[in-house]
Amino acid sequence: MLLIYSNAESWEGLSAEQREGLVQAHESLAQELTEQGLLVSAAGLADPITTRTVRVVDETATTTDGPYAEAKEHLAGFYLVECDDIDQAIGYAARLPDAEYMAVEVRPVMDMSGLEM
Amino acid sequence: MTNFELLLREQAPQVLSALVRHYGHFDLAEEAVQEALLAAAQQWPEEGVPDNPRGWLIRVGSRRLTDLLRSESARRRREENAAQLAAPEEFVASGPEIDDPGGRDDTLTLLFLCCHPALSAASQIALTLRAVGGLSTAQIAAAFLVPESTMAQRISRAKRSIKQAGSTFEMPPEAERDERMGAVLHVLYLIFNEGYTASSGTSLHSAELTAEAIRLVRGVRKLRPDDGEVAGLLALMLLTDARRAARTGTDGALIPLAEQDRSKWDRAAVVEGEALVSDALSRTQLGPYQVQAAIAAVHDTAERADATDWRQIVALYDVLEQLVDNPMVKLNHAVAVGMAVGPQEGLAVLEPLASDDRMNHRLEAVRAHLLEMSGDLAAARESYLLAARRTTSVPERHYLQSKADRLA
Repeated sequence: MLLIYSNAESWEGLSAEQREGLVQAHESLAQELTEQGLLVSAAGLADPITTRTVRVVDETATTTDGPYAEAKEHLAGFYLVECDDIDQAIGYAARLPDAEYMAVEVRPVMDMSGLEM
Repeated sequence: MTNFELLLREQAPQVLSALVRHYGHFDLAEEAVQEALLAAAQQWPEEGVPDNPRGWLIRVGSRRLTDLLRSESARRRREENAAQLAAPEEFVASGPEIDDPGGRDDTLTLLFLCCHPALSAASQIALTLRAVGGLSTAQIAAAFLVPESTMAQRISRAKRSIKQAGSTFEMPPEAERDERMGAVLHVLYLIFNEGYTASSGTSLHSAELTAEAIRLVRGVRKLRPDDGEVAGLLALMLLTDARRAARTGTDGALIPLAEQDRSKWDRAAVVEGEALVSDALSRTQLGPYQVQAAIAAVHDTAERADATDWRQIVALYDVLEQLVDNPMVKLNHAVAVGMAVGPQEGLAVLEPLASDDRMNHRLEAVRAHLLEMSGDLAAARESYLLAARRTTSVPERHYLQSKADRLA
């Protein structure tokens, strides 16, 4: 799972060319991963202004607007890619300009399988 | 799997190899075979199975392939592509005469093609299951828990890669054959493992994968009866799969070998696997699959866990380490030494492995186990917790967590 992080400042600080380059880098990576049959799923997330945070307190669900106030950066999108190992995933993450502007986290997905011990 | 499905699966590689040998065009032929299988699946249940099922499939597949080649060449002409394709008139859409009964080796040729070195392991697996196993893209996708579109892309890319590599349908030269055989066995081993280690959540699909891997290795064994590693791999699969019913609890949790109810093991599979590996060890060239099968046989033939002949297992791991450089082998060796000699000796074997960067959470899990045996419970608990955090497998995490909880 490649988790792309961003914040308002980092996005607004980009020039038009940088934004264009960002879009193109995503398009070319997505196309390559699709052709290779490695892309399981990917999505960009809408602006955090549209976020709702849900908490269940005393068995009652309460909803508040916005993400955690103290979070400096937000999750901007993700790729779920089937890789042979973490190094391959890191290679894909490094190709995203987001890694340069903010950060891309690479995390293995827990799977339901396990070897006999 | 129904008998009917089994019949189709057995025919799939024969039909595909007949078409590829006659027409070439592996990628299109594969597509045509899938459509012929689909037609059979729709028509035979209603109209009955034809007298010569293979002839029927080859006839339908040929017709479909001719159509595909026609539209392909038309498309290419439109695109003014320089690639030369024979005109469709040159193809004789025939039936039985291209069904060469001497095509037994064809399945092997097909396996060699699917395990072409130009392909990634994931592609080799997908293509093998589809072209040789006759599974549909949907079935393969479900077994590997990826969207069908993802798997379809993977398979079509693999077919294109084979085409680009210029592989024609023929046995690889003698010099390459052994290496390619190794790739074939490895792919079948990976298919088996994928099925065996998958959880109860997808047990239906995963049981199908292990059965498929065993079926394919049996097929290879028919063609290479004197190859000890083929026998060894089949034995290893049988001896491992024999424990299936005992290795997960009712809640889906993993049950380690030492705690399994051995009465649930599949005796017939154990007997067959042990006979296979004994025969291979006594008359063929030694190899890692045979040694791993021998280790599995020692476990499977112990009446109780505490009756396991650990000294013999240690000796077999010594042999295996001469043959392969694999971190998992070294870890298991340490466990065996711990059981045969004592936990301190096992920990000593583990010591130099910590600097091996191919190690994963299992090193910590083994260390925890040996520390627990040695009576250092606080250190064991720390190690279990660390291993639990490092694993990416849900059942393993639960297992390691519960081991730690028990020592709290």
